[in-house]
Amino acid sequence: MNGKTIRAALRPGRLLVAALALAWATPFVWMLVAAFRPERAGSAAMASLVPDYVPTLANFREAWDSADFALYYFNTIVICGGILALQLITISLAGYAFARLRFPGRTALFYLFLVQLMLVPIVLLVPNLRTVAQLGLYDTLPGVMAPYFASAFGTFLMRQAFRTVPRELEDAALTDGARWWELIVHVYLPLTRPAMLAFAIVSVTAHWNEFLWPLMVINSPDRRPLTVGLAMFTLGAEGAQAWGVTAAGTLLVVAPLIIGFLLFQRRFVNSFMASGLK
Amino acid sequence: MAELVVPTTGARVGRARQPRRRLRHLRGLALLGPSLLFLAVFTYWPTAQVMWQSLHAGSRGGGAFGLENYQALAGDPAFRRALWNNLVYAVGTVVPSLILALAFALTLVHSTRVNALIRSIFFLPVLIPLVAAASLFLFIFLPGVGLLDYYLAKLGVQGANWLGDPDIALYSIMGLTVWKNAGYYMLFFLAGLQAIPPEAYEVALLDGANMWQRLHFVTLPYLRPTLAFVLVIGLLGVITQVDHIFILTKGGPSDSTNLLLFYVYQQAVERYDPGRAAAATVVMLALLLALTALSLRRLEHNLEGRE
Repeated sequence: MNGKTIRAALRPGRLLVAALALAWATPFVWMLVAAFRPERAGSAAMASLVPDYVPTLANFREAWDSADFALYYFNTIVICGGILALQLITISLAGYAFARLRFPGRTALFYLFLVQLMLVPIVLLVPNLRTVAQLGLYDTLPGVMAPYFASAFGTFLMRQAFRTVPRELEDAALTDGARWWELIVHVYLPLTRPAMLAFAIVSVTAHWNEFLWPLMVINSPDRRPLTVGLAMFTLGAEGAQAWGVTAAGTLLVVAPLIIGFLLFQRRFVNSFMASGLK
Repeated sequence: MAELVVPTTGARVGRARQPRRRLRHLRGLALLGPSLLFLAVFTYWPTAQVMWQSLHAGSRGGGAFGLENYQALAGDPAFRRALWNNLVYAVGTVVPSLILALAFALTLVHSTRVNALIRSIFFLPVLIPLVAAASLFLFIFLPGVGLLDYYLAKLGVQGANWLGDPDIALYSIMGLTVWKNAGYYMLFFLAGLQAIPPEAYEVALLDGANMWQRLHFVTLPYLRPTLAFVLVIGLLGVITQVDHIFILTKGGPSDSTNLLLFYVYQQAVERYDPGRAAAATVVMLALLLALTALSLRRLEHNLEGRE
């Protein structure tokens, strides 16, 4: 009874939101329609959202040939994987220390970690670029990764997760003669897999999408990650007015994350919610 | 957020176990070691370095101590423009994104199949790189044959030079940013809405509150922490995300779309002026610190409310 009146009152709002959803989807629809459009279509029809043609992969072929997307994929995967692997080590060690160990200055150190949530590495790109160069990492993939090996957000997330592990389990393992690192590997990490997965999704998405920092660190075309490759490719294609090819290239870059999201929607949403903790 | 600073009660350590306790202390610090090393090299040290460098003239920071870089910065119309643009950009993207996100969340709070689909549509832009979004919008904003002008023409509306007109370009870019971020903020409002106890609404309904009154007296007060939080991450994003500028306008035309971080990038990479880049970086750091102070006050406020 009451629910009905509420729903009736909300109907104009719902219609408006549905219309906005259409607007929100339009760039994606255009990307799909334009990417599969045959090359020969005149530029006037390029903006059409109607797929009034026989789909072709010509744009993808041209995008794939004119930019080295396979290599960009490889570089991006190496960057994301390398960052995540080191992060998982640093954040589980630090998370365990903050969650379960007592030591002098713990609170102060925790605040010191949290500084990174605000002074994000990208803002410090000028001094960090110099440091990377001094370390001999300019124009290398490790140079792109290095500023992200420590993660305040990840440490915080793991600390929260470790604190939910019952102490009795730790005590039992200790009585069995387990060493501290065996505790982390065999007791804590298996029980905090959801938190680690949430962190992994946020971390990989963030670094898959990162642009300005790799743009500054990487000089050689064959070490570019996807975002930098796409940017150069787009700016080149813009001059040639090759919009179908741009759409195809963009689709290649965004597809993995969107497919991942469609397959694991709930996990993605939960992870992004957790990323709000920062 | 409030949980950030609640200290844990550590292990129960007796006086008889002093040596073991010392070992534990050492172990705690050792486990923080790897993280602290990277934080020191890529967060604390560069922060100190950039402050030092901003106070010294000369390209390597070896010159005279003084405010020369800041004076140069203040005297640079491009910097003043970037600062002003960033302010306009902050207000013009965060406020509409917040309002839209709240509207989306209020409308889509019930998990029906259709609502879930619409939520996913709003969330998709969040997932893709800002550079990829910019690549799509490059065509959308293309004068004449672009998506926007093509469909505006069908409606009989004259399009504009969306990225080429200095009076419009920044607003076009703001449109992209709102499209990209509203779905992200929506997530937090959805979670906030689900945390409101249904009794709160029942009482309001018994009192005969209409929809707007319920929104004003029940929903919004409950959502205040969410709102404050989303505001902070929104402002953080406004300072730290400029990838789309690189693709769409490179700060132009005539600096009308230049933002602080892009200005820093230009000074460092295109103009080779590290002193000015350092000074501009310090300005950004100051803004971020102010933002932190703001959210810390919020945090302490929450803690007081809880204890």
